Amino acid sequence: MSTATASPAATPETIESFTVTLMIRRFIPEIDTEPRWQDFDVELYATDRVLDALHKIKWEQDGSLSFRRSCAHGVCGSDAMRINGRNRLACKTLIKDLDITKPVYVEAIKGLPLEKDLIVDMEPFFESYREVQPFLIAGSKPKDGKERIQSVAERERFDDTTKCILCAACTSSCPVFWTDGQYFGPAAIVNAHRFIFDSRDDAGGVRLDILNDKEGVWRCRTTFNCSEACPRGIQVTQAIAEVKQAIMRGKA
Amino acid sequence: MPNESAGTLTYQQKTSSRIPAGTLYRGHSGMWSWVLHRITGVAIFFFLLVHVLDTSLVRLSPEAYNDVIGTYQTPIMGLGEVALVGAIVFHAFNGIRIILMDFWNANYSKLMFWIVVALWVITMLGFAPRHLMNVFSH
Repeated sequence: MSTATASPAATPETIESFTVTLMIRRFIPEIDTEPRWQDFDVELYATDRVLDALHKIKWEQDGSLSFRRSCAHGVCGSDAMRINGRNRLACKTLIKDLDITKPVYVEAIKGLPLEKDLIVDMEPFFESYREVQPFLIAGSKPKDGKERIQSVAERERFDDTTKCILCAACTSSCPVFWTDGQYFGPAAIVNAHRFIFDSRDDAGGVRLDILNDKEGVWRCRTTFNCSEACPRGIQVTQAIAEVKQAIMRGKA
Repeated sequence: MPNESAGTLTYQQKTSSRIPAGTLYRGHSGMWSWVLHRITGVAIFFFLLVHVLDTSLVRLSPEAYNDVIGTYQTPIMGLGEVALVGAIVFHAFNGIRIILMDFWNANYSKLMFWIVVALWVITMLGFAPRHLMNVFSH
């Protein structure tokens, strides 16, 4: 091991860095009429994430690059994008998990109107989210006037779907949603599932009626793209299948 | 400026219907089995359409019916029949897989996909050699 060529910073052990080529699908509405691919070379560590690469580009190479991010730690769900052809959170995709001998392709999520670079208009997504009434609707007062008691098993029933961060990775990975923007999409159904199977909620029937629509759960073709795209590991397709069964059996 | 307003108009026309294309989405077995299911489904539909038409010919003119059926005896049609059976067998087995996912449990989709592939291979191994022997020996 040679330390002769170490940088002037003179750290005892230099961590190996790599030059990674990123191909980013750019679109600036003021300049471009069509999206275009632009490549950037970035020096990165294996432990860096794609979000770090985007930051380096924006801060050091091209300030016009636009993307959303907030917490940068996989909680806020702002930076869902298509990385090497799959929907991922940029802040949860490590460079060491990508094949850096080839360029890393980064583009906006599919099926929502492109606004600029990696930013899409999320309004259609949130509109279908609002339509399933994603909030507790209780028909009665709590028993002792304080809290609604729930057993561990009752909580477990919908635990998986409480993890959703509304990043739209699932909805924008769905082939049905790409071609039919009217489809509620996996995220809205996941959030309906979260309340339909909540023992404290009394409006499960209402939500099942909403999802029993032509553009509701029956649009799901079980391609499992959503389950594979979900950064929280929610079994999305299974949740949709449970809602389908609840509608068929009339039981929430 | 008139030039500018014209420019913004075309820009709006172009962006308002923008569907972001780009790289092909790299889905797994679930997505590709769905694509195959669609393709085989549409292919089977068109086969059935033609099949209903050629069969109904027998009521109009038995001679014309015999002519049409005669063209089906060629080796090219024989190979086409292998493709047809392949499409139907996949569509049938994958259809059972989809029914099981919807009515029973969606957790075994990948395993079930490979079972579908295995069943397809076994069925085709049983069918294709026997069928091709018939096609090419007559």
